[in-house]
This record gives sequence, C-alpha cells and structure tokens, in this order.
Amino acid sequence: METRKLTCIGCPMGCQLTVTMQDGAVVEVTGNTCKRGDDYARKEVTNPTRIVTSTVPVKGGRIAMVSCKTKNDIPKDKIFDCMAAIEGVVVNAPVHIGDVILSDVCGTGVDVIATKEVLSA
Amino acid sequence: MQSYDIVIIGGGPAGLAAAAEAKKSGVDSILILERDHELGGILNQCIHNGFGLHTFKEELTGPEYAQRFMDEVFDLGIEYKLNTMVMDITDTKVVTAMNKTDGMFQIQAKAVILAMGCRERPRGALNIPGYRPAGIFSAGTAQRLVNIEGYLPGREVVILGSGDIGLIMARRMTLEGAKVKVVAELMPYSGGLKRNIVQCLDDYGIPLKLSHTVIDIEGKERVEGITIAEVGPDMKPIPGTEEHYKCDTLLLSVGLLPENELSKTAGVELSNITSGPIVNDSLETSVEGIFACGNVLHVHDLVDFVSQEAANAGRNAAKYVKEGAKTASKEIKINAVDGVRYTVPVTVRPNEMDDTVTVRFRVGAVYKNSAVTMYFGDEQVLKRKKQIMAPGEMEQVVIKKEELAKHPDISDITIKIEQA
Repeated sequence: METRKLTCIGCPMGCQLTVTMQDGAVVEVTGNTCKRGDDYARKEVTNPTRIVTSTVPVKGGRIAMVSCKTKNDIPKDKIFDCMAAIEGVVVNAPVHIGDVILSDVCGTGVDVIATKEVLSA
Repeated sequence: MQSYDIVIIGGGPAGLAAAAEAKKSGVDSILILERDHELGGILNQCIHNGFGLHTFKEELTGPEYAQRFMDEVFDLGIEYKLNTMVMDITDTKVVTAMNKTDGMFQIQAKAVILAMGCRERPRGALNIPGYRPAGIFSAGTAQRLVNIEGYLPGREVVILGSGDIGLIMARRMTLEGAKVKVVAELMPYSGGLKRNIVQCLDDYGIPLKLSHTVIDIEGKERVEGITIAEVGPDMKPIPGTEEHYKCDTLLLSVGLLPENELSKTAGVELSNITSGPIVNDSLETSVEGIFACGNVLHVHDLVDFVSQEAANAGRNAAKYVKEGAKTASKEIKINAVDGVRYTVPVTVRPNEMDDTVTVRFRVGAVYKNSAVTMYFGDEQVLKRKKQIMAPGEMEQVVIKKEELAKHPDISDITIKIEQA
C-alpha cells in the first residue's frame, strides 16, 4: 500500500486529498468534500495529463514569436520532452491559428498547433 | 472635429466585447482606440490555456480567446485605430488622442466606454530595502519578454507575490529552463487561483511560502541574491527566520491597479477600494454617458467575466446613444459590509435596471463554512452557503428587478458575509 497526497483543483477549497493505492490501482480517496475531488484524485494518480503551451520564433512575420499549444493534453511526464522537441522549431509567416507546428510530439500522437495569427511582414 | 456615437478606449478583451455588443444593439458609429500595434490587449501575452471555459465551454489560450472577439469585431465592420494613445477625455466626451499618421486629433463622442485595463503594482509601491540592480521585473513584464519578444530574463528566479501572473510565470520560466527557487507571499493565503498553485508550482516542486516577504535585495549591477523572512500577524519580519536565496532575478506579482488616469481627466468619481470608477447597474460612471468595464473598473480573475461585463457596458452605451440621457427616478445604494470589500455596481436603479443585475464583489479574508447574504432594507432576501470564499476569487449575487419591485420603500441593499 502506498499513499499520495494531492491538492484538489476543483474549487478554491483546495481539499487536501490522500489517495491510497495498491499495485497501481486506487484503493481509496479521502479528504475530499465532494465527488469532484474523488474524480480528480483518481485521474491525477493514474493518468495525469496537461496541455503544454509555449512559443516558437516566426520568420518573415509582423511579430517575432508565435504562441503554440499541444492540441490535446499529453502525459504529465512528457512535458519536458515536449518542450525540448519544440525548442529549435522555427516557422515561416503567415501562420494561422490551428496550423500544425510540430506533428505527433514525442510520440504522443498529439500535434503542437499555433494559437495566434501572424501575418507576413 | 470628427464625431462618433461611441468611442471605446482600449481594444483588449473588454473593449472588443463592448464594441461588438454596442454594434449588435443598433449603433453603427463606433470607434475603438488602441495604443498597441494590435488588438487583444494583455491576452496576446497570456499564451497559457484555461480561458473561455465559461464563454465557449472549452479551454482556449489567451491569443485564441482574443481572436474570437477580434473576428467578431472585424465581421461587424467596427472601426478601430491602432498605435493610438488617448491623452484626454472631457466630461463633455471630447476625446483627444494621437498617433503617427493622424497626429493629434479630437473626437466628439455621444458615449464613451472606458476599457483601459489595469497595470501591475511596481517595486516603487513596495517598501523593499536594497539596491536597485537590473533583474527585478514585474511578472507581466517577464511574461512579455518571454512570450512576445522571445527572451528569457533570468536563470535563477525568486518570485514575490502569489498573484496568478506570478504563478503562471513560475511555470513558464521553469519550462524555458530557468530555476524558480521559491514564491514568497506576504499574506497567509495565496492571491492566485488554486488551479494555478497546483499546476504551476506543485507540478514542478516550486515551494510557496505564505506569510513571507522579501527583506533584502543583494547585488549592485545585477541581482545576486534575495533574503526572505517570515512575517508575524503584524506583517513585520520575524527576526531569526531569514532565508537567503542566490538568484539573478526577482519577479513581482503583487497586485494589479486599474489604470484610471483618463477617467480622472473626465472627472469620473473613483472608488478608494477598487481604484476603479463608481458605477450604477448600467455600468455608467458618475459622468453621464461615460461607461466602464473590465479591469479598469475592477480587477477580474477570469476574462470570461470581463467579456460579460463589457457586453453589458456596450449594450447600455448603445441604449444611451439611442434614447438619450434619462434621470433615474430612484437609485438604491448597495452597502458592502462584514467581509464584503466592495461591490460593482455600487447603485441600482429599480425602475430602469435590466430584469437581472449581476453584482460582483470580493471578500476581504478567507471565510470557511460561511454564507453570502443579501438584504433589501432590513429583510434578508438571500442566504447562500459557501464552503469557502477567498480574496483571490471573485464572488457574485444576482438582483432580480421583479424581487426588488416588491420592496418599493427600501433605500438600500446590503451584501455581507455571515455565519452559515
């Protein structure tokens, strides 16, 4: 049996959750005051994911950088790999929201897409 | 002199939403004045996600959220001027502005919507001893440097203040390879959203030290180190609790101040608490025909609420243009007491108000297992239990016109925090 402590992000209450696990499976969630805490804890200990956002340089654009994000959430432990993969990518203007900047980042099956319109200079 | 029915000062989220709604309410002659080279305001540098959950039921980044409102403004054919700085607004609604193409020019508006947003509280507003070396930035300045200009302003970072921008920048700089050593917060609670504490600090093992402040900045040319200490209930540093951090950068995320210099030139009355205009239920200021919305009115946590509020201001400004000034038959004051720091709006006109008016407010401390109550005169009309309320999260109650009409003789409304 192992336990993990988390802070719920469901509301400002920020319940201190304790998750008891055995062989990678959730046995019990305590400390939550509502269902959302239970749901959050189970997802967070078994499959935590995040959307990663960053910027990349843009050539020939009206501005220097274009913002981007992973189109969907990716496993939390891939965040730094994802940042490393984005590092060094340069795109050419024009760039439109939704344009793929890097496909299938780190084998996650998720594309990194532009989140800003950048017109040509 | 040129003239427009509605001139909107600022093309950020508030200005854009106000413009779109004013146009949809039947006013065609609208001009947005924006000092930056693009519309969208501060959202352009807020590249993180989490915007628009309330409005679009999806998580957008700042630039994506801004683009949706910009597209609406473009589709509606609303005029705007970029790189244009407004210098003055008079109480007769003459707007003086300047830019490189038009030089200095004046516009007579029938109605003005103030949507200038806010700015960050600077180091000068804090009493931090030490030299004034390079390497001290407001969190928003660092955000601009990293996300817009593409520079990393430091490698080893200490952050003072746990406002949302500071938390967001703790994560952003960590992802870009900087080491964020600690976030110190003077108050015993964080000023930021819980979600940001978990996803920006906890995720990366960055410690948050509550009831701590910076007591020394070391370094003459560049920041070389920061000393923080715990503070007691009197907010004074406790001797013996000093901790030293070697670092090259100090970020300040210590609050936002509505930017109301122009409102003052127009003679708009400001609140001592919000530093924003005092408005009635139509978001009209003390100067007839001048409306306010967004962070210039009071600092918001969520842009979704800025957009809603701004749409109201746009609709009411359009109504004012079409129907002309009307003197309210009666105006009821909203008292903010017992833990409620302020309300927006400050007054309600029971006869002219919309069917419902949303009153937004902040509490002055953390309240657990309490209730928000509302009184029409002496009669309690609302008691809503809340497990928790914190200064960092805006609260709201709704006043219904129908309900208020049942209390024709009251002279005030009171909103307070009570035992649950």
